This record gives sequence, C-alpha cells and structure tokens, in this order.
Amino acid sequence: MKNRDTTSGHALEDWNRPPVFETEGEGELLEVSMGPHHPSTHGVFRMDVALDGERVVKLKPVFGYLHRNHEQIGQSSSYLASMPYTDRLDYFCSLSNNWAYALAVEKLVGQAVPERAEYIRVITAELTRVQNHASAIGFLIQEMGASGTPLMYAFREREKILDLFESLTGSRMMCNYMRFGGCRVDPSPAWLDATRKVVAGLPQFVDEFENLLSGNEILMARTQGVGVLRPELAVNAGITGPMLRGSGVNYDIRKVDHYGIYDRFKFRVPLGDHGDIFDRYMVRILEMRESIKILEQALKEVPAGPIMDPKAKIRGFRPKPGEAYGRIEAPKGELGFYLISDGSPNPYRYRVRPPSLINLTVLEDMCLGHNVADVVLIFGSVDIVLGEVDR
Amino acid sequence: MLGEGILKGLAETARNFAGSFVSKERLTTVEYPEERLPLPEASRNFPFLVYDGPNWEKGLRCVACQICEKECPPKCIYIEKSKDKKPDFVGKPQIYPAKFDIDISVCMSCQICVEVCPFEAIKMDTEFELSTDDRFGGLLLDRKQLARSNEYYHTIHPTEASQVDAKLAEEKAKAEAKAKTDAAAKAKAAADAAAKAAAAPPKAPEGGTGTPTPAAAKPRDTEPKQAAPEKPSDPAKAASQAEPKGEPKTGGD
Repeated sequence: MKNRDTTSGHALEDWNRPPVFETEGEGELLEVSMGPHHPSTHGVFRMDVALDGERVVKLKPVFGYLHRNHEQIGQSSSYLASMPYTDRLDYFCSLSNNWAYALAVEKLVGQAVPERAEYIRVITAELTRVQNHASAIGFLIQEMGASGTPLMYAFREREKILDLFESLTGSRMMCNYMRFGGCRVDPSPAWLDATRKVVAGLPQFVDEFENLLSGNEILMARTQGVGVLRPELAVNAGITGPMLRGSGVNYDIRKVDHYGIYDRFKFRVPLGDHGDIFDRYMVRILEMRESIKILEQALKEVPAGPIMDPKAKIRGFRPKPGEAYGRIEAPKGELGFYLISDGSPNPYRYRVRPPSLINLTVLEDMCLGHNVADVVLIFGSVDIVLGEVDR
Repeated sequence: MLGEGILKGLAETARNFAGSFVSKERLTTVEYPEERLPLPEASRNFPFLVYDGPNWEKGLRCVACQICEKECPPKCIYIEKSKDKKPDFVGKPQIYPAKFDIDISVCMSCQICVEVCPFEAIKMDTEFELSTDDRFGGLLLDRKQLARSNEYYHTIHPTEASQVDAKLAEEKAKAEAKAKTDAAAKAKAAADAAAKAAAAPPKAPEGGTGTPTPAAAKPRDTEPKQAAPEKPSDPAKAASQAEPKGEPKTGGD
C-alpha cells in the first residue's frame, strides 16, 4: 500500500468538478464516479474514485444530494415543530434523534424528566440501537455479495421492534415520540409485556446471526485487515460510535456523559483491536448484546409514575437567552444538537452534529490502496444514513 | 477446518428454511392485498376532523382557533374563520372554520395538530390506501372530505375516543354548573335578568356521560360570560389558550 499525502496538490479544487490526477509511472489513472445512484451507496451519495488498475489512489466523497435545509427549518419554526423533523435525520433511529433533541431543549430550558420517562427513553433508544446495528450489519454483508439472506434475517427481527414502536408511538419509523419533559404517550403494561417478549427473543437472534456470519471464512477474508482506521486518526478526525470503538478507543457517551439514567445499568463497552471492517462488525454484534443487557435491566425496573412532567410546557415557551448542547450516544455515534436561544419562540441557531457525516470524513484514508471492490465494503462498514449526512 | 464457518451458516439458513414451513414465528410475510395485518390502535396516518351528531357541517368540533395551523411543522393546514358563529357542544356560540384544508401531500403525519388542539377536534386517521391519479386536487382535502363522525373515531381508536368523550362530558358538566352559579349570582344582582337566566339553566341536562349531545342545544345570550371556564384542565393544553398572539415569528414558510 502506497501512502500518499492526500491534501497536497488539489486543495483548492472546485468541489463538484471531477478530480484531476497526475499519472505516476506507466499507464493512466481511471476516474470512476460511483453513485449517486449506485446500489451500494445507501441512498444518494457519490464517490469520485481514481483508480490505478484496481487500486484506489484517490477518493472524493460528494454529498448534498439529499439536502433538505433541516437546520434552517429548525431556526424558522418553533421548538416543538422541529421534533418531527429530527425523525427524518437518521430515519433508522428516529427515537435516538428525538432523545438527543429533547435533551438539548431540556438543557436549554432547565426541564426535569420524570423517572418513568427516563426508563422508557432508555428502552426505546436501546431497541433502536439493536435494530440499527442488525440492519447495518445486514447491509454490510449484502454489499459483500451475500444477497438477501443476512439482511432479511436482520429485517425480520427489526420488524418485531418496529411493530413495538408502532403500537407505542403510532408510526414505525417516524415516531415523533419524545417531548421536552417526558414522552408523548404512556406505554401500557401490555406494551411492556410485549417488549419483554421481544427482548427475550433477541439473544437467540444474535446467536443465530453470529452462527450465520461470524465464523464465515469468506467474510473474514473480505473484512480482516481491510479498511484499517488507526486510533490516532480516528480521534483526530472526531470519529465516534462503533467506528471509534472498533479502532480500540474507549469512548462511549453513555459512559462519559452519564446522560439520562445510564449509570444505573451494568453494561460494558466492546472495543476492537485492529480497526478493520471485521472489528467494526464485531463491535456492533457485541453492542447488540450489551444493549440487550441494558434492556433486560431497564424492563425489570420500570417504575410507575407520570410519563410527562406535569409542569412541562411542550409549546409556546420562550427559553431565556442562552445556549445548550445536548448529545447522546446514537447507534451511529455522537449525535448532538446545539441550540442558541435569543428569547424568542424559535431557536436563534439550531445545529446538528451528525455522526454519519463526520464518520464519513475518513473514508478516503481507509480506502487508499485497496481494491475498488473493497471501497463498497469499507463504505458500508461506516454505517451511514444519507438523511443525516446531508440533512 | 476451512469452510467450517460456511457450513455452520448454511445449517442456520437450512433451519430457517425448513422452519418457515412449520413455525409461524419464522414465516413473517403476509400476502398484502388479500391478507392484511391489523393495525395497532395507536397507528396514525393523516388527520381528520371530528364531528358530533348526524350533520357534519353543524357538528364539527373545530372552532377555527388556528393553533394547529400555526404549530403544523410543514404548514399544510389552511383555515379560514367564519364570519358568523354557531353553538358548540356546550352551547357556547363559537366561530367555525369556513374553510379547512389539509394538503396531505405535504402533511408528514406527525400528530402535532392533534396534540395542540384544545377542543379535541382533529384526530389521526388510520386509512393508508389513499393513492390518487390527481396529484394536486386529489391530495388537497377540504373540510367536507376531512370530516369524520365521532362513531368512526370510536371504531379506529376506541380507548382514546372514550377518554376524549369522558373529558368532553366532564367539561360540559363543568360549564353547565358554572352556568348555573353564574345565573344564580346574576339573579341576586338584577331581578329582571334573574328571571331570564334562572329559567334557562335548570332545563339543561345534567353532565351527560356518553357522547356529548350535538350542538344546537341552546345558543343563549347569557353565554359570553361563560367563556373563561371552558379552558381545558390538561396542563399541556392550558398554555395554548393564551397563545395565539404569542408566536409572531412562526408564520414563515
């Protein structure tokens, strides 16, 4: 693998012009535009890849095809009206997004959350994490060429979790469930029982998934040693989530920030060793297992009580001028919402720190020197959702 | 042994394949148009307007307060207030929506209009097969297309609807009690007014428990004074009453 300085030469290059490459040695470089409608790109994402034979010498991610002006809409609408828009950021994990945004607003207005709501938030967020990791792995394996089977196994399980979400929040994916000072509806005992039943079945699913995949020689050959992300680079680039932990850096916001009630649960943070695709895959599998542990503990202890703080206002409030940053460990990494209030009913500044976008920034560093077929795989292992990248 | 992992995985798929013939757990698909899964009670799709009684136009609960129009995140609701008033379920004359349009091609089913409505007038429908070949007019629903009876609401969200009915009945009882005390106070103050006001309240039915009777009951001139106690007890909604002028900046598109 040849290491190249990726920053020199074309720093001022126009972002949407195809990259210009000098040839080195004999032969010419081939420029391939992968995407925006490439089946591997999880949506509309383009990679301008320069190939030396099969080998990647330069890769430029181009995004913005799904830009929907999320932050500007957030600034021109009330605090409550931004809540359903957060569902549409990372549409796989709408409940995590809801939580991060609710947390930021609660910080801004100094709103407390009742005990029961905290537990329900943990339960829904961890269910979200399980289904996100399951489908992320499913997509990764799909891109490896195992068309269908692992993805459908993941989706079968995901469907059970989405059914729970639907019966609780009314919608499978666009949940719009959390409010400033609690959650919108109180889960019934029947819902909690149904959740217990689904959670009881999850370990078996993860075992099945691991039987299917973990020892598979093809998977190991394709993923081990490919797309290595060094821990120094990961830290410097601000990578978070399973990507960072796959590189062996122990950083989990649930442990670092103690937001919500996460200190009450016993769980471990799985870490990778090599930072390659296989480690990221394995970290996700192990995180699912840890999430199941959290779910079991949380479901055992759910207290009775109000789901919303009776004093909480969900609309028509004007926070005092100030700023707040609420962040959580979303399934894909650190999801943060930064809000500045100038005392009006709308935020003065509304900013999202999306894990998907920031995790994508190291794509080129991971891909250099690998075959073009591996680019698809490395990209898949980042686990992004374009709704969040482009916002 | 090389290939052991692959064989293990193949055994897993074989088990699932065979299992799908015997176990309902493993066969999760249904053949959609013929076979339908029941929707959970909480499920939601697009909003509709609830009306009481047989006549949709008279029975609409909406009083055109325009809170939903203001709070709607994608701004898909358009309301025009009426010039005249019609009595609502407690008999108080209220403005009604002369125009109430929802563009469901813009609506994102977030349910915020339902949450902020202080009059339980807008609720979420569960119907989802709404495709049309007219992409503009066909998806712009006016108040006639949006109106659904309270009975229909009971069939799609039974528990929620009964809660709403109980709450409305309670409010009505409260409004009537208040009307009585008001009338009694008035009676002491002015003798001639007392004769008129005292005659009315005893006739009113005492706090119904079922569905609130359709409006039209008693539009009387003493009513405007009773407007204040109408404020719903729910804290989330209490804020909304004073609201309308509170948000000058949300009007953007």
